Amino acid sequence: MSDKDFNTINSMQFDVLKEIGNIGAGNATTALSKLLNAKVDMKVPKIELLEFKDLSDVIGGAENVVVGILLTLDGDIDGMIMFILEQEPARAIVRLLMQGMCEVSDEFTELELSALQEIGNIIAGAYLSSLSTLTNMTITSSIPYLAIDMAGAILSVPAIEFGKISDKALLIETEFGDKDLEVNGYFVLIPTLDSYNAILTSLGM
Amino acid sequence: MGEMIKVGMADMNVCKPPDSITTLGLGSCVGIVLYDPGKKVSGMVHVMLPDSTKIKNNENIAKFADTGIDELVRRLLVLGATRSSLVAKIAGGAQMFAFSSNNDMLRVGERNVEATKEKLNSLRIPILAQDTGLNYGRTIEFNPESSELLIKSVGKPQKKI
Repeated sequence: MSDKDFNTINSMQFDVLKEIGNIGAGNATTALSKLLNAKVDMKVPKIELLEFKDLSDVIGGAENVVVGILLTLDGDIDGMIMFILEQEPARAIVRLLMQGMCEVSDEFTELELSALQEIGNIIAGAYLSSLSTLTNMTITSSIPYLAIDMAGAILSVPAIEFGKISDKALLIETEFGDKDLEVNGYFVLIPTLDSYNAILTSLGM
Repeated sequence: MGEMIKVGMADMNVCKPPDSITTLGLGSCVGIVLYDPGKKVSGMVHVMLPDSTKIKNNENIAKFADTGIDELVRRLLVLGATRSSLVAKIAGGAQMFAFSSNNDMLRVGERNVEATKEKLNSLRIPILAQDTGLNYGRTIEFNPESSELLIKSVGKPQKKI
């Protein structure tokens, strides 16, 4: 198998990854809409291949405090997927989901944190199912792990995984929402090098 | 007032007073400050991975503890530091997500700290202070005039080491 990495990605491969991002984000929007029992719109996702030093700038700077939900992947693809939300929209989604059951405070309660993990699980699951369908590969994911911290620190986890195969990371930014709820979410998908090759091969690259 | 020189992820830089040097939002990566206390020449590298020899794609030497520290030493010597006077302060290497499994992928913070210590030990550069591990991010700022490393985290008081 040839040695591909994100440094030498060509425009066709980039288009394929973009398309996976589009379909994944579409599925995620539908899932979120069902979960919240509300109409959720989505803008066309922006997909960027970024150098590490620029990665956290997209998410409001390295010190911007964000919610990160991480799942590790298993099956035909090894790696991890991360979903990142800003704190305010995270709070808005949780409130909508729990319909007034949460206390109004700056800190997330245990219950709210569990709800966020579940939201991350559903959104990441929707994304992964599109990848799975397109590639005809079986992908299983771990339970979701959650951290609320500086964007740079949260992103260091996927960046390190990318760091093994590349000097760049692939970030998918999706804007969900309608007039009541606007949510900027970011996906970072990190297959291991073998799995990355396997994905491209399965797509006929 | 000097400038605050920024070091990004997988990046390094050097400075002298009145300038200071910083890296923002360290997670599982390790920030390594090397300095010559007498000459006040200092530098910082933000490493992501322990070992360049284990990775094929290793052109970016600032990405790895082994090559990053070697290069930082070289640049400090160019700037006028004395090799035998160099000392270190290190921070970072957190485990950002609390995993129960022993997934190797997720213990990289710990391995980054170990590799950093081994490398500094092999170069006989003493570590004067460290703030590593645990499960939260850190922004660090080094002032070469006072040799103090300021550490800022979310929801925690600042500390100086």
